[in-house]
Amino acid sequence: MSDLSTDPSVRQIPDRLQSRSARLLQSWELLLLIVAIAIFIANSFASPYFLNAWNLSDATFNFTEKAMIAFAMALLIVSGEIDLSVASIIALASTAMGAAATAGFGTPALVLVGLVTGLLCGAFNGTLVTRLGLPSIVVTIGTMSLFRGISYIVLGDGAYRSYPADFTYFGQGYVFWVISFEFVLFVLFALVYYVLLHRTNFGRAIFAIGNNPTAAQFSGIRVGRVKFTLFLLTGLMSGVAAICLTSRLGSTRPSIGFGWELEVVTMVVLGGISILGGSGSIPGVVIAAFVMGLVTFGLGLLNVPGIVMSIFIGCMLIGVIALPRLWKMWRS
Amino acid sequence: MTLTRRLFGGAAMAAALLAGGAAQAQEDPIRIALVVKALGIGFFEAAAKGAEEAAEELGNVEVIYTGPTDTTAEGQIEVINSLIAQQVDAIAVSANDTDALVPALKKAMQRGITVISWDSGVAPEGRQLHLNPSSNPLIGNMIIKMAADELPEGGKVAVLSATTTSTNQNIWIEEMNKVLGDYEGIEVVGTVYGDDLADKSYREATGLMQTYPDLDAIIAPTSVGIVAAARAVEDAGKIGEVNVTGLGLPSEMAGAIASGASKSFAIWNPIDLGYSATYLAYQLATEAAEAAPGASIPMGRMGTLTLDENAEGAMADPFVYDASNIDAFKDIF
Repeated sequence: MSDLSTDPSVRQIPDRLQSRSARLLQSWELLLLIVAIAIFIANSFASPYFLNAWNLSDATFNFTEKAMIAFAMALLIVSGEIDLSVASIIALASTAMGAAATAGFGTPALVLVGLVTGLLCGAFNGTLVTRLGLPSIVVTIGTMSLFRGISYIVLGDGAYRSYPADFTYFGQGYVFWVISFEFVLFVLFALVYYVLLHRTNFGRAIFAIGNNPTAAQFSGIRVGRVKFTLFLLTGLMSGVAAICLTSRLGSTRPSIGFGWELEVVTMVVLGGISILGGSGSIPGVVIAAFVMGLVTFGLGLLNVPGIVMSIFIGCMLIGVIALPRLWKMWRS
Repeated sequence: MTLTRRLFGGAAMAAALLAGGAAQAQEDPIRIALVVKALGIGFFEAAAKGAEEAAEELGNVEVIYTGPTDTTAEGQIEVINSLIAQQVDAIAVSANDTDALVPALKKAMQRGITVISWDSGVAPEGRQLHLNPSSNPLIGNMIIKMAADELPEGGKVAVLSATTTSTNQNIWIEEMNKVLGDYEGIEVVGTVYGDDLADKSYREATGLMQTYPDLDAIIAPTSVGIVAAARAVEDAGKIGEVNVTGLGLPSEMAGAIASGASKSFAIWNPIDLGYSATYLAYQLATEAAEAAPGASIPMGRMGTLTLDENAEGAMADPFVYDASNIDAFKDIF
């Protein structure tokens, strides 16, 4: 991806986007919001069970964990990199927590194990990409097999299930009425990442790197260090998601979270983050999380088979990527 | 985050509406969800057919056949959550994970939904009862019965098992030996192990025929072994002399039945399984029966299910497949 943005013929595109970006992005989020509201209204007409506080609360579990990773992934993709190993980091972190729980450690230690495992995986990816200069898509396809492979070696067809009783709070607890702990965490992280990307120098540096890493380097941004930090963050968020998911399932198997990396990337791209890097926003990702959650839950209520849902989401994604291009062609 | 406010603002109003609407649900059909490991698997499509059959028999039953696209626990949990939201009357699940579904299914039971597992079970705290397709004593009896039925004057049989440490096979052979006395004139001359590898099983089966030239039957209680043994009999030109039987899959055994190397074999019938699961779910959901240890619950044409101390029960004898019905099942599983 970084190769593309150093290519002189492509380099001009972000510059042009930049000048128009404010208007374009605002309208993009508005469009997504309208889509989300339309789906919400359509669902409440399609199924009598949709408008129920507990049901909607249950529906949030379909996206909260994935969305937490998607926030960090959004920053990484804006910087022009990608991490496809996130679901495997979940598996490895969950396996590490399971091993610790079996050894008799308490909940605080388990949380620490989950977060540290995530960080270590992120550091491993980050080192390979920033120190050795390897393309992130190749590195993380490799670590995707590596991390989950370790889980399979450790667990085989067995499972860890001896989690302490208070560990269930992260994935099954409610803070207030129907507001789950996971949902609160989701909102908090949305705010944190919003501030980080849109209100700090670090965030500006991410955009600069995504648009033109060479220019960013020459303007004094430590490109390698920023990217390394972003891999760390993505690993950390995968660790957080692992804690929530493991707590929600109450057990660990090596197949945990299988295939989630694509759903996370889908969420990010649907949220208007350019897959080529350099543009996008966190509010877009937040709305995209709701859109995906509402679509899968709404179709689920109508007992639409999962494969049809996948087709629907796939079409939505292609539409999202094609729309800006078509818009541009139509304008010129 | 105006959307969040909308979501939960609307939800609060709707909750009140729904509470009033629940009373009308009386005349609605009993909705039973058959949740399978993944959609698009022949075995489960057949189970769904059985479920429809039970629904027709019971009347006023709506079967919701559903499941995730991949065989993952997370996918099944999403499906279960949407079923809880729809307030179905019962969930009958073949689980992808014994433990991971427990929290979601517990929530379903808390909201008044009947939960049973079938085929692939859920830990006891996550369901009211579990329906096993068969039981070890029934399987042990069936494998020797199939061999004996073809040998009215008695004869010599040998066993081709999986590995020496295969728990299931060892239990079945042990159960078989217990009932051996019921089959007069049948002598078990030996047991060999093919390690569930096609080539080793083939060699062991060939060896058996050489060691015991007057062998009448080979019992292979493993789906790998039975196919290999049938091929060994075909290759040795002993079709008609040595009958291969045991446990196998119709799709893999269709050729052996056609050639005559195997007269019959057994395995569970997915149609009966779906039928029984639906019947049981209906009984529990309508409170016609209770899933207590020791209880006997009727399941239509399949007889009754007797529950043990873990609220588990065995449906029936393994279903026997032979030339008369193999064509109907070979495309299913």
